[in-house]
Amino acid sequence: MKSSSRYIGLGLLFVLLAAFPLVAPLLGLDFYIGFVRRVLVVALAAASLNFILGFGGMVALGHAGFIGMGAYTVVALSDAGVMSAWVMWPLAAVVAGAVAALIGTVALRTRGVYFIMTTLAFAQMLYFVVVSLRRYGGDDGYTLMSRPTLLPGLDLGNESNFYWVVLVIVALALWWLQRATRSRFGHALMGIRDNETRMRALGYPVFRLQLVAFTIAGAIAGLAGALLAGGNGFVSPATMHWTQSATLLVMVVIGGLGRSWGGPVGAIVWLLLEEFLKQHTEHWHMPLGLLLIAVALWAPKGLAALYKRRLPLTPALSPEGRGSKA
Amino acid sequence: MSGILVLEQLLNGLGYGLMLFLLAAGLTLVFGIMDVLNLAHGSLFMSGAYVAAEAHTRTGSFTAAIVIAVAVTVVVALLLEVLLMRRLYTRDHLAQVLATFGVILVADDIVKMAWGPSPVMAPTPAALSGPIELVDGLPYPAYRLVILAGGLLVALALYLLVNHTRIGMRVRAGASDRPMAELMGVRVGRIFNGVFLLGAALAALAGALMGPIVAVQVGMGEAILIPALVVLVIGGIGSVRGAFVAALLVGVVDTIGRAFVPMLLRATLPPATAADLGPLFAEVAMYALMVVVLIFRPSGLFSARS
Repeated sequence: MKSSSRYIGLGLLFVLLAAFPLVAPLLGLDFYIGFVRRVLVVALAAASLNFILGFGGMVALGHAGFIGMGAYTVVALSDAGVMSAWVMWPLAAVVAGAVAALIGTVALRTRGVYFIMTTLAFAQMLYFVVVSLRRYGGDDGYTLMSRPTLLPGLDLGNESNFYWVVLVIVALALWWLQRATRSRFGHALMGIRDNETRMRALGYPVFRLQLVAFTIAGAIAGLAGALLAGGNGFVSPATMHWTQSATLLVMVVIGGLGRSWGGPVGAIVWLLLEEFLKQHTEHWHMPLGLLLIAVALWAPKGLAALYKRRLPLTPALSPEGRGSKA
Repeated sequence: MSGILVLEQLLNGLGYGLMLFLLAAGLTLVFGIMDVLNLAHGSLFMSGAYVAAEAHTRTGSFTAAIVIAVAVTVVVALLLEVLLMRRLYTRDHLAQVLATFGVILVADDIVKMAWGPSPVMAPTPAALSGPIELVDGLPYPAYRLVILAGGLLVALALYLLVNHTRIGMRVRAGASDRPMAELMGVRVGRIFNGVFLLGAALAALAGALMGPIVAVQVGMGEAILIPALVVLVIGGIGSVRGAFVAALLVGVVDTIGRAFVPMLLRATLPPATAADLGPLFAEVAMYALMVVVLIFRPSGLFSARS
């Protein structure tokens, strides 16, 4: 594995992304600064889902619920007059992580489709809780007063500044997630995915490890939710609808289950296609649906796996990203 | 609250539960036998509702509308089975979820192209539009009675088919232990074709019947899919009996959450709080029921594979 070329590649990608807000106005692409920022945040959310889905083998269909918890933590703080990002963003992660821990405690008792449905049920309950919160706009959503404040003199209301802050946070979080998957903990998680009985027999605390992973994924999704809320300046229950959870799942599978860049790749491909199709046709669902069917039939291991076939030098961080029978 | 009101709400709950059963029965048989998780089942429900609405408006006959809706949907299901589902049998659940989620997106767009994005009017049959006095002081919409009767009849027929015929025996054998059933000479693949089409017919029937009392619109399939999956999971996958019990349970619990809990809240809490909490209980009751059941029985009430 040529890790040096890998780091150069990632460094280059980071520099390119960082330069985007400077170059975009020259090309008349100002509008896309916000779009790329959103893609970055969704990529982080997808990576956090891949952490439990791809590496942990837990098919959770309620991830949008955690994104929503993060977003609504920001709403609640903003409503109470707290605008400091230093409070908002960590607290969003903590709240979403705590909710994930509670949900995981119940959901991880079940297996297979029952697990899928339990996570979905909890996410639906969260969805209806925020719908009923009239103080925060209920169904109509909530418009935030302003962007959060980070440092004196740094105006986050400026699109480019906010973009850079998001880029740094997303890069750090992705880097940390990568490290977590390569750690002893990550390997234990993959071991459980591949053979739970054996890991139990070896003395690993399976339930506890899965719960910790589930909580981490929830917390990171919450952070992503907080960044989305701050960027859009608007939060509505639609963020938490179950189809959003399904879309995230779809992104991860398209990108590559249990592949180190599966989540981000899937998110980027999906959002770019969506954006492109929306501009060209009113019926943009159909091509996306056909793409999904095609991926399910012919590239079940995702696009990252197709790439790997041609470039065998890509480091194999994980065992074959097998889609565990849910 | 009066006894009559309770009775009326219970009838509503049973009607909703029976419609859920029509959907969940097909879903649970397909899942139980072929281990295929078909998210597009709701799209077949939508197909039934749209075709019935269109056929009813054109022919003026409600019976014809139902027959046409079921026939068209079965043909659609046949195409779906031949073109896609067959290739998914041996795949993992995630691939099935992915592909059938794709079908949902395609189906919604096709319906949008054919009927436009706004809801379609599904007329109530003229002869059934009035109320019928069930007991003194309880006028109940005749159409809802037809739904109740229809749902009960189909449930009974399905029960007899699955539990008291040779075909049903093979279906049950396939659902509880597929390799063993195949070893004993049951052609499970062939049986599945039949079950998939039967499931589609039931979904279409539910769609055609529900059309006049819900909004016939794009996305109605996804809206009903989740409650149907909840029923499936509470009942235990692969069990038609479980689906029946769970469907009625969900129907009644849903009604309690929608009608009685808000009433109770209004009587005990300040009006503003009650108005906030009421809808929450209405929507959450069904999911709470599922979570409670799964805590005590992690594979549902009557799992065929326990």
